[in-house]
Amino acid sequence: MIAATAYHIFIKEFVSEFRTRYALNALLMFVVTTLSIILFSIGQESPSPDVLSGTLWIVIFFSAMSGLSRTFVAEEERGTSLTLRLLAHSSSVYIGKLIYNFILILVLSFIIAAAYLLFINEFSVKTYEIFWLTILLGSAGLASASTILAAIIAKANTKGTLFPVLAFPVLLPLLLTCINATKLATEGAFLTEALKEFQILLSFTIVMITTSMLVFDFVWKD
Amino acid sequence: MKTWLKIAVSVWLTGIIIAGIAFPMVKSPTTWYEFPFIPGLEEKARNIIFHVPISWSTVVAFIMSTIYGILYLKKKDIDYDLRSVSSASLGLLLCVLATVTGAIWAKFNWGSFWNWDPRQTSIFILLLIYGAYFVLRSAVEEEERRATLSSVYSIIAGVTVPFFIFVMPRIMSGLHPGSLGDEQGKGPVLEFKMATNMLMVFFGALIGFTVLYFWMYSLKVRQMRVERQLQQITDTQ
Amino acid sequence: MKKLTFKSENITKLYNRRKIIENVTFSLSEGVSFAITGKNGSGKSTLIKVLCGVLSPTKGSLELKVDGTLIPYPDYYPHIGLVSPYLNMYEEFTAEENLSFMARVRNLGPDAGERGEMLLKEFGIFEHRKKEVRFYSSGMKQRLKYCAALLHQPALLVLDEPSSNLDQYGIEAVRKFMVLQKQHGTLIFATNDRDDLQYADTVYSIENGKN
Repeated sequence: MIAATAYHIFIKEFVSEFRTRYALNALLMFVVTTLSIILFSIGQESPSPDVLSGTLWIVIFFSAMSGLSRTFVAEEERGTSLTLRLLAHSSSVYIGKLIYNFILILVLSFIIAAAYLLFINEFSVKTYEIFWLTILLGSAGLASASTILAAIIAKANTKGTLFPVLAFPVLLPLLLTCINATKLATEGAFLTEALKEFQILLSFTIVMITTSMLVFDFVWKD
Repeated sequence: MKTWLKIAVSVWLTGIIIAGIAFPMVKSPTTWYEFPFIPGLEEKARNIIFHVPISWSTVVAFIMSTIYGILYLKKKDIDYDLRSVSSASLGLLLCVLATVTGAIWAKFNWGSFWNWDPRQTSIFILLLIYGAYFVLRSAVEEEERRATLSSVYSIIAGVTVPFFIFVMPRIMSGLHPGSLGDEQGKGPVLEFKMATNMLMVFFGALIGFTVLYFWMYSLKVRQMRVERQLQQITDTQ
Repeated sequence: MKKLTFKSENITKLYNRRKIIENVTFSLSEGVSFAITGKNGSGKSTLIKVLCGVLSPTKGSLELKVDGTLIPYPDYYPHIGLVSPYLNMYEEFTAEENLSFMARVRNLGPDAGERGEMLLKEFGIFEHRKKEVRFYSSGMKQRLKYCAALLHQPALLVLDEPSSNLDQYGIEAVRKFMVLQKQHGTLIFATNDRDDLQYADTVYSIENGKN
């Protein structure tokens, strides 16, 4: 029952985003703008793959900061938070929005990663399995932390700037691990060499989701 | 806190600090008040008396703040939230001091103030967490909601702590010499390179600073309780 | 009709140390209509939120039993239909979509479609059902809120300012369902309108948060 409700909530988020499209457009423009800035600042230089791995995740991080809080903040702003509160079990709400956030950041990071591969010559990935697995697990981790933090800031006053402030210290270990794994991918390491990184990413996601489910009620129910 | 304890810790810490700074460091100590040289550190080792206890205290403060937050969520007694904030305020102050003393030591030992050494980065992240905690609190007007949200945030931030303790050495070992690849080993404390008298001064500092922290914490909690009671009185008028 | 008992004991809610409502105590059962009155700012809306399980009281307790089963606080939502200025519909969806989303999420079964249609007709917005809610007037939005609140046939219908934003026809429809609700369950409403109060069995007046 909870799973089915979560699914319906996820679909609602999805269709809602499609209908309004303001946020989606803004997000895509944000990605395009940031990528352009990176490309312009590289110019004729040849930055090392290490530096490029770092900037890749900076762009992904800031895209997450722009896009992942909307799901809770919009409900509060439009007065539908109470509606949802009286409609569904809190766990369904959390899971539905978590899945939505995960799909959203997965698509965004895929676009950003593809852009890096296509437009930046110096960014050459040798072990594709590591690269894409990092994108997948990194997105899962980003979504898992961002969803509970979005729920928190939605109940506060200055929502926009508050989100990155709260998220950065929490996400830093995740980002550093993703950067490390991406570097390994550009160096041509074997899949098994990145095993530690994947373990960290996976356990981060699991710990975040478990903790979030334990505390979500305190945030969602006033 | 009992008066005798306050006097005792004041005298104790003063003594420790004097010992830490004034005791001369000689190659082969002959008297009880002379410290031996530690190769590689020499005079800079004096920082240990300040930096390590302060770093230790800021971590204790964070743990206490999180525990009081959890207690608030369970019992809904606002006093727990007051204790949580008091702990966190002191923790923030101590964290700033820890970062600064650490940076000073880094400058003298490694040449620059900031090096992305794992321990240095970890204390900086803790500083960011404290900062975020207070920014969150300032963004929530209502007392009960503020307490709930900040308690939840300390829990979320708290569970990431094991990750950055574990992740940092993996990431940083490749970046900077002196952490995993340091021939000196894990540092003077764990390797017991300190002579007995220096060790005693160090542990004395550890105990002294911890007691000092609890003293300051009890003052801060009392201050917050009184402030809240004052506000209650002015509210009903 | 579902058997229902709803007891409130010494409910107090503080906002920044200020008492918004204090020591609210009452006891209801099925078939009863309970009105809360008071000036603006007396704490009516806050009390409504607490009773629905949306806002947790600082002190005091609530006990809701439906058909003898104790419903755990604060998960009253399956048994509550709330109409309130603080509860809005999804404006990017049509009326039909809003109602079908709610039916799916509440797992209401196949009759929900018919019931939804019936409600839309009763409240006079059936012709607009395929229009997105952002194009509705405030009166139409209010009517849709009623359809949403009544869709799952709640044992407890809670109305905050029942007649607001409504014209005479809307008010008639509301009054009809207020009477129906008394036959099927319990009705709680907060109002200052004298005409509304006629539909109440018990009136609880609040001033500065106290009875």
